[in-house]
Amino acid sequence: MGRHVIRRLLQMIPVFIGSTFLIFLLVYALGDPVAALFGDKAPDPATAARIRQDLHLDQPLWRQYLHYMAQIFRGDFGTAFNGRPVLELMADAFPVTLRLTLVAVAVEVVAGIAFGVISGLRRGRPLDTGLLVLTLVVVSVPTFVSGYLLQFLLGVKWGWVRPSVSFDATFAELLLPGVVLALVSLAYVTRLTRTAVAENARADYVRTAVAKGLPRRRVVTHHILRNSLIPVVTFIGADVGALMGGAIVTERIFNIHGVGYQLYQGILRNNAPTVVGFVTVLVIVFLLANLLVDLGYAVLDPRIRHA
Amino acid sequence: MPEPYENPNEAVAPTGAGGAMDLAAGEARSLTAPERPASPVPGEPGITAPEGTGAPAGPAPGEPGGRPRSLRTDAWHQLRRNPVFLLSALLILFLVLISLWPQLIAGGDPLRCDLERSQEGSAPGHPFGYDTQGCDVYTRTVYGARASLTVGICATVGAALLGGLLGGAAGFFGGWWDALLSRIADVFFGIPVVLGGLVFLSVVTSDTVWPVVGFIVLLGWPQVARIARGSVLTAKEHDYVQAARALGAGPGRTLLRHVAPNAVAPVIVVATIALGTYIALEATLSFLGVGLRPPTVSWGIDISNAAPQIRNAPHMLLWPAGALSVTVLAFIMLGDAVRDALDPKLA
Amino acid sequence: MRRARPGPRAVRAVVAALPVLALLTGAAACGGGGNDRGRGPDAIVSSSWGDPQNPLEPANTNEVQGGKVLDMVFRGLKRYDPRTGAAQDMVAERIDTTDSRTFTITLKAGWRFSNGEPVTARSFTDAWNYAAHVDNKQNNSAFFSDIAGYEEVHPESGAARARSLSGLRVRDARTFAVTLKEPFAIWPQTLGYQAFMPLPRAFFEDHDAWLDKPVGNGPYAVRSYTKGGGMKLRRWDGYRGPDKARNGGIDLIVYTDNNTAYTDLLAGNLDLVDDVPAQQLKHVEKDLGDRYVNQPALITQTLVFPFYQRAWTRPGMEKVRRGLSMAIDRKRITEKIFMRTRTPASDWTSQALGAPGGWTDLCGDACVYDPARAKRLIAEGGGLPGGRVTLTSNVDTGSHRAWMDAVCNSVNNALGRGPVCTVDPVGTFADFRNRTTTYKLTGPFRSGWQADYPLIQNFLEPLYSTGGSSNYGKFSDKAFDALLDRANREADPAVAVRHYQAAERLLAERMPAIPLWYQNGSAGWSERVSGVTLNQFSVPVYDRIAVA
Repeated sequence: MGRHVIRRLLQMIPVFIGSTFLIFLLVYALGDPVAALFGDKAPDPATAARIRQDLHLDQPLWRQYLHYMAQIFRGDFGTAFNGRPVLELMADAFPVTLRLTLVAVAVEVVAGIAFGVISGLRRGRPLDTGLLVLTLVVVSVPTFVSGYLLQFLLGVKWGWVRPSVSFDATFAELLLPGVVLALVSLAYVTRLTRTAVAENARADYVRTAVAKGLPRRRVVTHHILRNSLIPVVTFIGADVGALMGGAIVTERIFNIHGVGYQLYQGILRNNAPTVVGFVTVLVIVFLLANLLVDLGYAVLDPRIRHA
Repeated sequence: MPEPYENPNEAVAPTGAGGAMDLAAGEARSLTAPERPASPVPGEPGITAPEGTGAPAGPAPGEPGGRPRSLRTDAWHQLRRNPVFLLSALLILFLVLISLWPQLIAGGDPLRCDLERSQEGSAPGHPFGYDTQGCDVYTRTVYGARASLTVGICATVGAALLGGLLGGAAGFFGGWWDALLSRIADVFFGIPVVLGGLVFLSVVTSDTVWPVVGFIVLLGWPQVARIARGSVLTAKEHDYVQAARALGAGPGRTLLRHVAPNAVAPVIVVATIALGTYIALEATLSFLGVGLRPPTVSWGIDISNAAPQIRNAPHMLLWPAGALSVTVLAFIMLGDAVRDALDPKLA
Repeated sequence: MRRARPGPRAVRAVVAALPVLALLTGAAACGGGGNDRGRGPDAIVSSSWGDPQNPLEPANTNEVQGGKVLDMVFRGLKRYDPRTGAAQDMVAERIDTTDSRTFTITLKAGWRFSNGEPVTARSFTDAWNYAAHVDNKQNNSAFFSDIAGYEEVHPESGAARARSLSGLRVRDARTFAVTLKEPFAIWPQTLGYQAFMPLPRAFFEDHDAWLDKPVGNGPYAVRSYTKGGGMKLRRWDGYRGPDKARNGGIDLIVYTDNNTAYTDLLAGNLDLVDDVPAQQLKHVEKDLGDRYVNQPALITQTLVFPFYQRAWTRPGMEKVRRGLSMAIDRKRITEKIFMRTRTPASDWTSQALGAPGGWTDLCGDACVYDPARAKRLIAEGGGLPGGRVTLTSNVDTGSHRAWMDAVCNSVNNALGRGPVCTVDPVGTFADFRNRTTTYKLTGPFRSGWQADYPLIQNFLEPLYSTGGSSNYGKFSDKAFDALLDRANREADPAVAVRHYQAAERLLAERMPAIPLWYQNGSAGWSERVSGVTLNQFSVPVYDRIAVA
């Protein structure tokens, strides 16, 4: 177990190098950012050349990459075009997005599993059908629309919540955005739980447990749910990273100055330090989430061992 | 044209007749069968399956059961009697038909637009109203099926196959193979869709849907792979798998015959929902300017154009989004039916 | 089908989890914001903002969001009247010249920066030397290229050969002289641009501290600046200018999306939103009533032809270019897509210049929708190159996708030969800029131009003169260049404008770019504020906003 964790942590090193290089390559492929800095005006050649030189854009890709890595090891993640150190941007953005992700994951876990268990146990009943319809709505209506509508209805029409999130982005403010962000994943979690619960509800050990006279609630939580959770946990683990980096639309709608927003700005402006820095941290988050999921397997199903 | 039935058949295929699995399946049947009421709707023996499903069905379903029927035959036999399956198959057949021949039900030209009618509601001959550019929403919804279905189905099949195979192998074999595949998946997971889309799709441009399909597969497989790996990890610890191993089954046979059929359910679930999200993802890509380009008509393009106008002209969103819902519904039902048919405990 | 049916209790256990969720969502209800920003002359106005793209140095800021702050914090030698655009003396007492080449500038007495430093001649010359020097990498350095000695501090390549511009000489604390490379009669009128603002010594002595909290000589002083989040500006009571602030201060709040700012305005959390997003325009009157302004700004949109592509310049193509222009139904597009926040263009300048500034309908028939003539002209000119035309623009901002689709539909309907016009959307502005600046386009492409100063010259010379700094179509016409030269030397502004118009008439003949529409600025505001106007750069005039 301990060795497994250490090995997994060591694996992060090549992944870190590989993913930074890949992202570096992608941003490089986006092209030269300098012309866009001048807006609709012509870039002044001397100034543009000086900016390129300062950003090492005049050097071949591999040297730019080596230079960037050397910088990172000195704890310097470079500077965004608006003059702010990327490290500072990350320090602002990641805590906000982390809170948003926590809310979204909580919604996914609580609501998704609850809905899934209900519809799994009540297959074919009106409740199950109702949840299926909800799933369809969530999948086919873009986040932009669901987010905007909820914001408009709850924030303006009925005045229940503040429609935008302040710069501090407290948990209370992030509840609505968190729900919106979780919607699509909610569909996945509900369906995955439903399938697994429906399958396990027919398993022999459940029948045995019921026959033994165990209380229904205990059967559901201890026998059915525990054995149904592996795909769900896998999905949520994989989703954590996707939620953190992929909240571009939700963050825009609710004025959240988080990772998705900064990343999008960085991509639009071809700003390599911002994009590579943020994505690198995201990849590390993926690795950790994945590791936790794998350790969670062993808890859910003791037969799965990690040598 | 994509064959929508390929997917379930792929899932069924590895579970052909044989060995311990059939034994296990037969046993389960003998345990559960007496308690199970007859099929809710008695299958009509005269009904012929929609084309495309029949071919790989193996021995005739009606074959007298001298020996236990294979799982595949059994599944097919059950599917044919399942109203959910029949309904979804009909829906999908309909969608495929209008993708091939949209002019069957829509006479207009989806590219003929009159800005004067911008965002107007329904009018005689134009039941769904007009979009911002003044194009007929009904015609565009019908014509959009082709591109959207192609993207959705091909990307889903691609991601499910690639992800299922790689993830399944990672979970089954473990060790360095698992480490390598999982870490590659991590790196792919890390690439933001926007960045990957802008780079990949501005380098690989074409007027067809294939770059978009390829890109979605590239970004979609890690998710499926994770799910597949997780459920293979559980499935391979089951007693019957251990038993098969003890009986001397090789790893390939164990994986294909015993683990895969029991691990496939979550993959099907994820794939059926992913189908919808992939069609929607195409909208995001179009919105970024790197997805399908006009004059291609797709639900994704129309949905992304309609989304900002939701307060002004909700009908613009309603119809293409509704069409997307129906498609996802059909595939979710199909996935459910196939999964049920595959589950020996239910048979 | 048998299922292990759990009893009601089990389901209840699950259902019990639901109220938790309901509670979680319900708790958000207490997040609503009150309106406690006060009333009367000292009340604070909250306004939407976008993160400035560059550090807030005057000569490094070339977009509206940074410009908003500079407009509040700085006053230069001249200031453009927010309504008429006329350049009026502000810090300058007078600007004298005999030859339109050497200008002697005298400052008014008593002006100070908000940190107490006096505004002297050196405040200007130091700022301009800093702006022009290549080492400081200022985006707007080219604005100083008219001044003698620019090549020494800002050579095309290599290191600078001088520390300061030889054309700048300080006479005394309130007087300095500027020598230009060649005569430029209207040069003083360009001095209202933000790149020419004065800077205090504090800017040079502790640059980082200044960037964290900019100090200027304008009606507002920065109280605090949360980078990426917002800025609090307060009225500075030591301000000497005539345009003292009529409110207690402005809180600028950074929004990730203007739609959100608009929603916040409706919910009563925000006082002012400038640049109301396109999709809200249809119901803006229902939402805001008359608390909405939509007025011309110095912004114009065109479709530029790539003159570096032989296919678009061979003889006869001027008819095709003209025909394309006539195939675009500007009126309907501005009405249906832009909800009248654009005005159909009738020349290559801007409506906001007004008739005295040189705006007329020089484009004439060529900018009026006439599908029949368009079709005929294109046929006479030999048809579209390869029978097709592709429009290119970035689609990451604005409503570019929507209007390009509309323009193409208009062309296709006019020509009636199926989809001959297609749209090539480019994912990012940066990518689009790279394609334009490296001359890689094969068909008409979008060009948006916001004037730096309200002069007709600024709409012509940079865009269409041979080798012009933003002449991305590589249009070149000797007669046009000669007329511009003549106009630049002309001391009488009215005569100069006539020469500029004569040059513009040549554009109408050759059609190097299709004028599309003039862009308006728009803003909406809350019930507690009044007196909201926009200046010609579509920036709100903050100092005139009053809180009732």
